[in-house]
Amino acid sequence: MVEFEIHDLNIWFGPVHAIKHVNMEVQSNEILGVIGPANSGKTTFLRTLNRLNELNANYRMSGAVELQREDVRGIEIEELRRKIGMVFALPLPLPLSIFDNVAYGVRMHGERGKRRLEGKVEETLKQAYLWEEVKDRLSESAFKLSGGQQQRLCIARTLAVGPEVILFDEPCSGLDPISTAKVEDAMVKLKEKFTIVLVTNNVKQAARVSDKTAFFLNGELVELDKTDKIFTAPQDKRTDGYIRGKFG
Amino acid sequence: MKNPYRTQSIAFAFLFLATLLIVIPVGLIVVIIVQKGLPAINWQFISDIPRQGMRAGGIFPAIVGTVYLVTGAIIFALPIGLLAAIYLSEYSKDNLFTRLIKLAIVNLAGVPSVVYGLFGLALFVVFFKFGASILSGSLTLGIMILPVIITTSREALESVPYSFREVSLSLGASKWQTIRHIVLPNAIPGILTGTILGLGRAAGETAPILFTVAAFYLPQLPNSIFDQAMALPYHLYVISTQVPNVDEKIRYGTAFVLLALVLIMNLVAIIIRYKFRKRKKW
Repeated sequence: MVEFEIHDLNIWFGPVHAIKHVNMEVQSNEILGVIGPANSGKTTFLRTLNRLNELNANYRMSGAVELQREDVRGIEIEELRRKIGMVFALPLPLPLSIFDNVAYGVRMHGERGKRRLEGKVEETLKQAYLWEEVKDRLSESAFKLSGGQQQRLCIARTLAVGPEVILFDEPCSGLDPISTAKVEDAMVKLKEKFTIVLVTNNVKQAARVSDKTAFFLNGELVELDKTDKIFTAPQDKRTDGYIRGKFG
Repeated sequence: MKNPYRTQSIAFAFLFLATLLIVIPVGLIVVIIVQKGLPAINWQFISDIPRQGMRAGGIFPAIVGTVYLVTGAIIFALPIGLLAAIYLSEYSKDNLFTRLIKLAIVNLAGVPSVVYGLFGLALFVVFFKFGASILSGSLTLGIMILPVIITTSREALESVPYSFREVSLSLGASKWQTIRHIVLPNAIPGILTGTILGLGRAAGETAPILFTVAAFYLPQLPNSIFDQAMALPYHLYVISTQVPNVDEKIRYGTAFVLLALVLIMNLVAIIIRYKFRKRKKW
């Protein structure tokens, strides 16, 4: 099934043309890795999917992004962002307790029942492989957790509102290799239930976890194919150069 | 020959001197007022009405009047100021119009207080026909401290990290939910700082209440917000300049009470702020 369909997407921030004529599809229940050097438009692309770019006053776009054949601009923004969760580059817990961090989104969508909130928090912390580490200290500040734990907390928080898609924006850039492995494990497991778009600076990470890989360069989508193919027989010389580490 | 270490010592010495120059007058004011005012303080002074043409008795009506006025000013200015600050920092677009508004608010903080007094007289006392009353005085003081409250509240709101807002929005919370549950709770300490500043100013100003509420001599307590009232700063002015042969003790005692009142009100706000700061978790 097609999750996202993107038609001739162009994005500008003021005079800067950040995304140029991008056409692509994202399939359900797969991990799409998005790679490319800095300033290639990866994160901008990601933030278009949940319309987070619109917080920037200079943002303009043309073309269309469709979520399950519905233009994202036609969907109520709160509902869209509930369906499309996001995990940011740095672990960004809210200044609340561990429990309240996970429960925050659920509460904002109207859930008040204590039992149901507790159930949801436990369920999603387990999905994010964090439950065992935090089950006895749920009322502590989320800032007392380590960086890797915080990032898994952010994943649990995203899962709690019941998304269909999860966007990862370089989720491991601030993490050590062991924490990274844990986050990657979580991602591969999550693929069964969710569609994942993973922006990463780490080419090897894309090779490890993604089913398909898209290569962005200077705001253009250079190539999008099965990960195996991108990493063994890329069609474009620039893709080849980037994954071999010739630039980037 | 230039010795960089000596230059540093000289710079430190000047900086220290400047700090000392600020601290000494403040310290002196407090010492003099406590020294000369404390002997006047007794239960009668605090709880009795002024007697013998304000040359004896207490200052209870003035204390009550000031408490009423400050409370009224805060009740009026804090909600309006906070809502305006939320609008300006969270909702308004950055354009010429909003920049003009922000500039005007900052400049309003510098308008002399006597101008506010005249404004209050024209608007509340005469136009709205509230007369010289606690209501008129509170509203005038409230308008005077609005710019302070708006400016500090805006800064407090804007100092909440932007990433918290993005996270909240990305979870599907609405903009208002984000402000209500994430931005506002973390801005409260800063907002209280603005309130403290406004409170101190409202308690101490004489000019805005001169035309709008202050009674020269009123030996009973106000019964409603439409009554006139005595107030400590104006009372101090009256017994210092308008009434001959007032004992120095009484004048300094009044100043001491005014100072103590402002400090106590500030202390309450500082304690609340401290409680909220302790909850701050980043």
